[in-house]
Amino acid sequence: MSGATPLLQVDGLFAGYVRGLPIVQGVSVEVAAHEVVTIIGPNGAGKSTLLKAVIGLVPVEGGRIALAGRDITGLPSHQVIAAGVGYVPQTANVFTTLTIGENLVAGGHLLRAKLAERLERAYAMFPVLADKRRERARTLSGGQRQMLAIARALMTDPALIVLDEPTAGLSPLLANEVFARARALAEGGVAVLMVEQNAKAALRQSDRGYVLAEGRNRITGRAADLLDNAEVAAAFLGGKRQAA
Amino acid sequence: MIGQALTDGVLTGAVIGLGAIGVSFTMQIMRFANFSHAELLTWGGYLALLIVGFIGAGAPTAGLSFGWQLLAAALLAAALTGLLAWMIDRLVFRRLRGSGAHHLTLVFASFGLGLVMRHLVVLLWGHESRFYTRELQIANEVLPGIRVLPDQIFILLLTLLIVAALHLFLTYSRTGIAMRAAAESPGLSQACGIDVERVIRNTWLIGGGLAALAGVFTGLTPQLNPENGASLLLALFSAAILGGIGSLPGAVVGGLFVGIAENVMLLVVSPGFKQAMPFMLLLLVLVLRPQGLFGERREGDR
Repeated sequence: MSGATPLLQVDGLFAGYVRGLPIVQGVSVEVAAHEVVTIIGPNGAGKSTLLKAVIGLVPVEGGRIALAGRDITGLPSHQVIAAGVGYVPQTANVFTTLTIGENLVAGGHLLRAKLAERLERAYAMFPVLADKRRERARTLSGGQRQMLAIARALMTDPALIVLDEPTAGLSPLLANEVFARARALAEGGVAVLMVEQNAKAALRQSDRGYVLAEGRNRITGRAADLLDNAEVAAAFLGGKRQAA
Repeated sequence: MIGQALTDGVLTGAVIGLGAIGVSFTMQIMRFANFSHAELLTWGGYLALLIVGFIGAGAPTAGLSFGWQLLAAALLAAALTGLLAWMIDRLVFRRLRGSGAHHLTLVFASFGLGLVMRHLVVLLWGHESRFYTRELQIANEVLPGIRVLPDQIFILLLTLLIVAALHLFLTYSRTGIAMRAAAESPGLSQACGIDVERVIRNTWLIGGGLAALAGVFTGLTPQLNPENGASLLLALFSAAILGGIGSLPGAVVGGLFVGIAENVMLLVVSPGFKQAMPFMLLLLVLVLRPQGLFGERREGDR
């Protein structure tokens, strides 16, 4: 990272579901344009809460969140999305009662003019969705749902996409496809911030990584360095995959 | 006999369905049973009466007991009642939602609110029944042994038209899709950039407006009374639950079921039993299909 303003700058963030009991306790994270950044850490480290606070789904109690230099701390979600962030929650990330096409229209809710064009782009990017556009999202497999969730989050052309455990429940093959997609997105100009349990595979496709523990920054570094870091390896990259 | 009962059932059922749409949508999107919804019917009916007091009900037109003025009054009352419902949300329900109140707290609040709304009507307009128009109508024999008032046919057609328009709106419009998205998952729809408070506002405007029309229709055939809404309360809930919470066709079909069941059962059991009929039907349907006739289970629902 150079001296330029990062795309996303989270500075000393405190956030949690219950006021006065923050789960995220002073975390700082930065994401530059064209970067894939992965956050790893044990269960209860506050990874998901951090993402939700960035999106405005969890109240912020202290610290600052800026997107491209603009303060977005405490904005309601729909305004954070409008400011240029796409979000894929970990679970229930598609509308199962809506069709694939309707899911994408919902994702493009903030668009005024370019809806048809973005729909075509989404179908071009994920052909499997195009074939099923009139079917309910509940008919999709786990991997297809993840693709729909990502396509949905991309409808508004965000500068940053935030993924909460995008490979949870997917086979290693599909997980690698998701990570490759993340890489491709970053190269196409959409920065990626993700939380992952599948730390090793995620870091391999990332530029940088953060290790959180107990709501605080523990280790920060280039992804390649984290993969080589003995402490990280012992705690998170060990032979076995972490339980979700 | 049975033909007339079925016809009467369809006529009352259509109005119940119209009123039940708001109950169903509120329950789906805000996750609470709004017991004050029935009073929106009453308020809509009386607001239309207020407007009719200024512009009149109009000269009888095309066999109906009223002219375009009553229709205009009904539409204006629908708009006002929608706004009233939204205002009540801002004053009462939104505050409770904001403070993280339990769903049951909202249910009880709606109960109290309903009492206040009903007695305000009594205070402002009195106990005795009121009429939009004193015009007498003669029921036409549309089929052998089946008599229907022209007003009733008009109400049925208008209801069908409104429901069809609402269906198109929910299915194809961006706002309609956003409403259905928020109905399934408020959290995920926020992550799509959908302003859930705006969806809630739309829900009140639509639910309140339709309740007002249902209120005007019950006031037209036969009369306006402060108890009009309250007496339909249980029928509205039965229709909404029977059809499946959150489903527009469900609310309408549920309303028709309830209306027909009430009227047909009158042929075989004592009228004192009339109000129990919707519940017998409800129990039967819920045993066979817990999510209601048209309801969809959300994934993750317990």
